[in-house]
Amino acid sequence: MDRFLFLTLDGVSTGAVYAAFALALVLIWRAARLVNFAQGAMAVATAYVGYAVVSATGSYWLGLGAAVLAGLALGALVERVLMRFVGHANPLGDVIVALGLVLLIQAVLGMVFGNEYRPTAVPFDTDALTVGGIAAMSPYDLWVLGAVVVVVALLALLFTRTSLGLRMRASAFAPEVSRLLGVQVSRMLTVGWALAAAVGALAGMLVVPTGLGLHPHAMDLVFVIAFTAAVVGGLDSPAGAVVGGLLVGLILSYVTGYLGPDTTPLAVLVLLLAVLLVRPGGLFSGPRARHV
Amino acid sequence: MTAILEVDELSSGYGPVPVLRDVTFEVPTGTVTAILGANGAGKTTLLRTLSGLLRPTTGRVRFDGEDLRGVPVERLVRRGLAHVPEGRGVVAELTVEENLRLGGLWRRDRADARRAQDEVYQLFDPLARRRRHAGHQLSGGERQMLALGRALIARPRLLLLDEPSLGLAPRVSGQIMTLLRQLCDGSGLTVLLVEQNVRSALGIADQGVVMSLGRVVMATPAAQLRDDEQLRHAYLGF
Ligand SMILES: Nc1ncnc2c1ncn2[C@@H]1O[C@H](COP(=O)(O)OP(=O)(O)O)[C@@H](O)[C@H]1O
Ligand SMILES: [Mg+2]
Repeated sequence: MDRFLFLTLDGVSTGAVYAAFALALVLIWRAARLVNFAQGAMAVATAYVGYAVVSATGSYWLGLGAAVLAGLALGALVERVLMRFVGHANPLGDVIVALGLVLLIQAVLGMVFGNEYRPTAVPFDTDALTVGGIAAMSPYDLWVLGAVVVVVALLALLFTRTSLGLRMRASAFAPEVSRLLGVQVSRMLTVGWALAAAVGALAGMLVVPTGLGLHPHAMDLVFVIAFTAAVVGGLDSPAGAVVGGLLVGLILSYVTGYLGPDTTPLAVLVLLLAVLLVRPGGLFSGPRARHV
Repeated sequence: MTAILEVDELSSGYGPVPVLRDVTFEVPTGTVTAILGANGAGKTTLLRTLSGLLRPTTGRVRFDGEDLRGVPVERLVRRGLAHVPEGRGVVAELTVEENLRLGGLWRRDRADARRAQDEVYQLFDPLARRRRHAGHQLSGGERQMLALGRALIARPRLLLLDEPSLGLAPRVSGQIMTLLRQLCDGSGLTVLLVEQNVRSALGIADQGVVMSLGRVVMATPAAQLRDDEQLRHAYLGF
């Protein structure tokens, strides 16, 4: 029972990171109707920036801020100089460009920082606190969970309460009508990418120190897991991404805990296939009315 | 009388396929001009070219005396030109309130944008009662009210309307026509109205422009089209 509780709590805190990362995928899907397969590599790149700043200044918080800023800049850059020019004529066009970007980023990171593991830092203790004799979450897990909750809340506020959020939603749902109403739709697309990459950067900073280590391929598996989470939730639904992230985090925690860590990648693939076969629109897809 | 819109030898189309050919006409300030013509005549294509969604291959459009060539779509509403597209363009996923707010986001004068929104709610009572409903929950008539009201929040000088009465009950579409006439007479708005429903359009129009196969075949006072049976028969088929 103790073990089950431990695995549950562990699943929630890793699931929170998957949720954030899945949210970043959903943001871009909603804005541009494409899955950003370079999200993992972009997050690693920004994590390198973040931890380089941590090493240079000795401050985790400065590094975290730098990573998020780097995410904003990288997201905007990728949209402006690359994705903008990939038409939808070829349905695989954006996938191929994104995979090319992955190779480019990983090669550049290898050249600049080397391919061996780089040091990371954590702001809080990673040893689990024991509550009533049971190993529960570590202070670091609590920080991860809190950070993700705050980001999700801020995004929800942005989209539902601000005029920027309204512009972004309208641009995604009805670009032509939005332009007729004076919304600068192409700018909203850039903002969407910037925001998504910043959320990805935060998720990268949170997850890299937890057993992954900082190297150019650090987020490869995390990307696949987060993609699964986003598909579970339905690529269109931010709330679905959060629930999907937590759900996948829990499932993987149980699988890893009871069957051993070697089974994790297999479990992810089985889960992804199962969702794609049974409910390709995601668990939260409904008969959504879309008459204009 | 000055013309708020001058269309001069305008041609455009989709890719290499030409649709509009040398379209020329004027819209006098403060009037209602009805664009009439059979399905596929190019009426929607004309409006889309006027508002910049399609780029003309040749010819030009002057709005208020200024050439619109190269002006981005999202700038036109700031200049006073609003386009309610075919199918109305209500954003189905947004609420009534959000749709209306969206129409005024570009405005610097926040107070007046809010005032305009209140005016829309007064004008269209059903919308005021459904502020929190999503666009896809509205009836056809309510959607038309929302699309029209949203355009009015920009306080446009020229309003392009693409088949506003499509799919509406005759009573509702009659109300909308009456309202358009009132807006023109009361606030100096100019309306360019595309309609399949020729009778109701001619009922409020000052001028009728008849299109066929991408060309303007006649531009004449609406009264003449209303009254001259032979003319109506020849150009409009009834
Ligand atoms: N998106 C499009 N691509 C190619 N041809 C189109 C497109 N939209 C309309 N057309 C063609 O342009 C012509 C005029 O259409 P349209 O402007 O919609 O006419 P109307 O609004 O008068 O019914 C028609 O022949 C139609 O087939
Ligand atoms: Mg049409």
